[in-house]
Amino acid sequence: MPVAWLEKTMWNLGLEVYKQTFSRTLPFPDELRERYMVKGTNVYGILRAPRGASTESLVLSVPCSPGQQNNQAVGLMLALASYFRGQIYWAKDIIFLVNEHDLIGMEAWLEAYHDVNVTELHSSGMLGRAGAIQAALSLELSSDVITSFDVALEGLNGQLPNLDLVNLFYSFCQKNNLLCTIQGKLQRSDWDSLPAYLHSLQTLLLMVLKQGSGRPQGDHGLFLRYHIEAITLRGINSFRQYKFDMSTMGATLEGMFRKLNNLLERLHQSYFFYLLPSLSRFVSIGVYMPAFGFLILILVLKALDLWMKLSQCDTEADGQACDGEQSPRMVATEEPKPSLLALVPPLLICQATGLALYFVPILGQEMATQHFPVSESEAVVLTAIAIYVGGLALPHNTHRVLMGSGGDRGWMTLKLVALLYLAMQLGCIALVNFSLGFLLAVTLVPVAAIVQPTGPKYLYAVLLVLVTPAATLLFCLFLHGELLEYPISLLEGWQRFLQAIAEGLLDHHLYGSVVFPFVAIFVYPCWLLLWNVLFWK
Amino acid sequence: MPDSHPSATKAAAAQRVLGLGVFSPSFRGRDPFLRARPGTTGGAGRGPSAAAKMAAPLVLVLLVAVTVRAVLYRSSLAALISDRVEVASPLNAWKRVVEGLALLDLGVSPYSGDVFHETPLIIYLFHFLVDYAELVFMITDILTAVALYLAIQDYNKVLFKKQKLLIELNKYAPDATELIQTPMEMYYIPLKVALFYLLNPYTVMSCVAKSTCAINNAVIAFFILATIKGSAFLSAIFLAVATYQSLYPLTLFAPALLYLLQRQFIPVKIKNKDFWLYTMQYTGLYLGSLIVIICLSFFLLNSWDFIPSVYGFILSVPDLTPNVGLFWYFFAEMFEHFSLFFVCVFQINVFFYTIPLAVKLKEHPMFFMFVQLAIISIFKSYPTVGDIALYMAFLPLWSHLYQFLRNVFILSCVLIVCSLLFPVLWHLWIYAGSANSNFYYAITLTFNVGQILLISDYFYAYLQREYYLTHGIFLIRKDRTDPMLVLK
Repeated sequence: MPVAWLEKTMWNLGLEVYKQTFSRTLPFPDELRERYMVKGTNVYGILRAPRGASTESLVLSVPCSPGQQNNQAVGLMLALASYFRGQIYWAKDIIFLVNEHDLIGMEAWLEAYHDVNVTELHSSGMLGRAGAIQAALSLELSSDVITSFDVALEGLNGQLPNLDLVNLFYSFCQKNNLLCTIQGKLQRSDWDSLPAYLHSLQTLLLMVLKQGSGRPQGDHGLFLRYHIEAITLRGINSFRQYKFDMSTMGATLEGMFRKLNNLLERLHQSYFFYLLPSLSRFVSIGVYMPAFGFLILILVLKALDLWMKLSQCDTEADGQACDGEQSPRMVATEEPKPSLLALVPPLLICQATGLALYFVPILGQEMATQHFPVSESEAVVLTAIAIYVGGLALPHNTHRVLMGSGGDRGWMTLKLVALLYLAMQLGCIALVNFSLGFLLAVTLVPVAAIVQPTGPKYLYAVLLVLVTPAATLLFCLFLHGELLEYPISLLEGWQRFLQAIAEGLLDHHLYGSVVFPFVAIFVYPCWLLLWNVLFWK
Repeated sequence: MPDSHPSATKAAAAQRVLGLGVFSPSFRGRDPFLRARPGTTGGAGRGPSAAAKMAAPLVLVLLVAVTVRAVLYRSSLAALISDRVEVASPLNAWKRVVEGLALLDLGVSPYSGDVFHETPLIIYLFHFLVDYAELVFMITDILTAVALYLAIQDYNKVLFKKQKLLIELNKYAPDATELIQTPMEMYYIPLKVALFYLLNPYTVMSCVAKSTCAINNAVIAFFILATIKGSAFLSAIFLAVATYQSLYPLTLFAPALLYLLQRQFIPVKIKNKDFWLYTMQYTGLYLGSLIVIICLSFFLLNSWDFIPSVYGFILSVPDLTPNVGLFWYFFAEMFEHFSLFFVCVFQINVFFYTIPLAVKLKEHPMFFMFVQLAIISIFKSYPTVGDIALYMAFLPLWSHLYQFLRNVFILSCVLIVCSLLFPVLWHLWIYAGSANSNFYYAITLTFNVGQILLISDYFYAYLQREYYLTHGIFLIRKDRTDPMLVLK
């Protein structure tokens, strides 16, 4: 990145220019972006507001990386800066930020700006600050003419910006006759026909998949963690006839900044929890949460059912007086009351496997590369998969060693625990990242409710393997391909799968995404418990 | 014939008890396990060999508890936990203790700012022990657990004797024998109590956060131990220390007095001279030691600053940092000029239940103690999960009420879900900014309602069991339908 040139140019435009250097060593090499030891510099200029006291600010951020991608955005930003400099109506400082190494640079800048260190980034301190950042726009532009703007909303851990910001941009685009899309899909003019519903469903599903992945879908995604409303605007140049030039884009951005400049307080009304089937329609939390609640209710009711059965067993075992017709159905166990201690080993083993899945891949990568002919990142991913699969073979024999053949009470209690555990973790994650919770719930809940050691065992086993979180991930990758109308082959799917695992790990270690630890430490052990229930006998 | 079944059982049960006459042989006959363990069958409980047998699992539990705490102290979770508002309140956060110590070292009164609200004894304790703080908190927890263990062991002995006496006096209904606790059932209760206290995640978190709530709990546990051992002197002293520490244990005066009176076989009657004499003695001891401790604190710091800063702070609730209690949201929303009235209303809530409970549970001071502890931890002004852990430790003691509990499954689910939702909603409110304080308060409210329902469930179950014990299980109305038990 031409740091000196940028500094000089911004200086000449009349901005206060600062730079910030940062470095970060990744836990393992990122093969997709080919980086391991990252060093970079962010350059930013502050336009001090003539009408304000520098207590509030807005950010226009532009990622800058070598190559053709995103090569027009810096130019537009500089042009805007020079134009903004001449205007007198600014009441909030405006920060023009050029960040290197996309999200890593963004994270470094945000951490330095707020003087915190949540990841293990090393960065030089920050010299120049404007006020508290009220809102941010991130711009990505790869050509000098565009046909439409695509709005990216999903941030880290599925956090979403305030819906008002999105609505603001959309209505402003409509006013300027600029095309505006979401998930790369243009809204259809009709909305109450079947193909239109399907189209909306596709858009909605894409949003669910992206949100569920917990990855920031643009540089704005990291702002959200700092309580700053932000969206990424991506210029799209498709084969459409009618194109817009730089001046229209500039006018749109200027309009957005003027609107944000006029805000009296942070955007806080409106919605933070929503799903968008199109830009002009949204599904609010009040609509989708009950549906999710019903899904969880299945687990709770099933757990209650088991609880009733268990307490029935109790009373029947205690009062032997009840008539003999009932007793053969409730298989009398050798010990009428197996103590809860029998449940401790499976629980501990499952949790330990989960913890191993979380810690071992990163810690063991050196050993793996020494003993096997694989690169570091392959080693990490393959170790994770090996532990994941190995976990299936591990825990389900302990109770037989401890207390002979397990009775009905044993698996019922274990299933009760597993169901409640699953319901609790799904409920918690759905509040943080609804889509993730929903994807896991839709797959896991039905199978979790029916699985038991009697009946068609192999069918249950196949079903259970099909809904394991890893299989869900694979399935989601194929679904994503289908929805983008770009189906992927099996081999490609597998490669994407490996990539997705590596990125999940990297996201967690670089930005603090919770998806990987959540799946590894909570969902996977819970799934193992269900697996354990299945092979109880 | 629908009515033949209960009456037949009743007759059989009556025969069993009346025919055998004495209490313990009937149980020996019923439970084959007891014959294998001679140490447990004796009327007074256990001999030394049994005590040794029980010591091994207790040591194991202690070791596990210490290991868990030591590992957590060394992990990165410790900092995270100690910042949680559910674990550390303004009254007992370790950060504030450190701040107070720093002020003391600088020669400034620790109470001069609005940060430090510990009592002077605590600050002098940690003045010497601050370098060993982790050790101190681990030992405190262990002492609490051991005290509870010994207390419950002793209580079980007393209970056993009482049961025997009542059976010999024919106070129990003949068909209620199966409700009577057997020594076999009671055998593991002390261990379970210690286990519940030490390995309860609430206690663990409280210890890892170095919340001084652990010390208050230890004092209360010692107070309970002294009371159950029948030592009025020590009981009064520990109660005074507990009151001095956090004020609310004041209400434990009533159950302790009732227990001691019961132990001395002094009936609680207004006209009884012994009753008044004993009460005056105990009150005198309590007030005397309280005055001594407060004066000691005065001489330590040479000022009365701590009175408004500790007790004023507890009573007038100026700090509205969110916590698991009911106060903060209510007073954050309220207009200033109403707040004095409502502070009084809220605070009276803690003390209000003592009198009706004392009347109702006159004969069962230990259960009264448990309910009172729960009420304190629910309604106090700055509750933390450490307070809740103390009364939850007593739940195994009432495991014989299990068959009378109605909603225990749902309520325990509610409590666990709420505990998990606290950090999630806090994150959404404070960090993500997408939720607001109403979300968090809703969970606080649910959590407390869950606790209240749990306690009332236990309360009714206890009364119900007592009723059945004296009136018999198989009650039949005059019109030969199944009766409904209405508790009044």
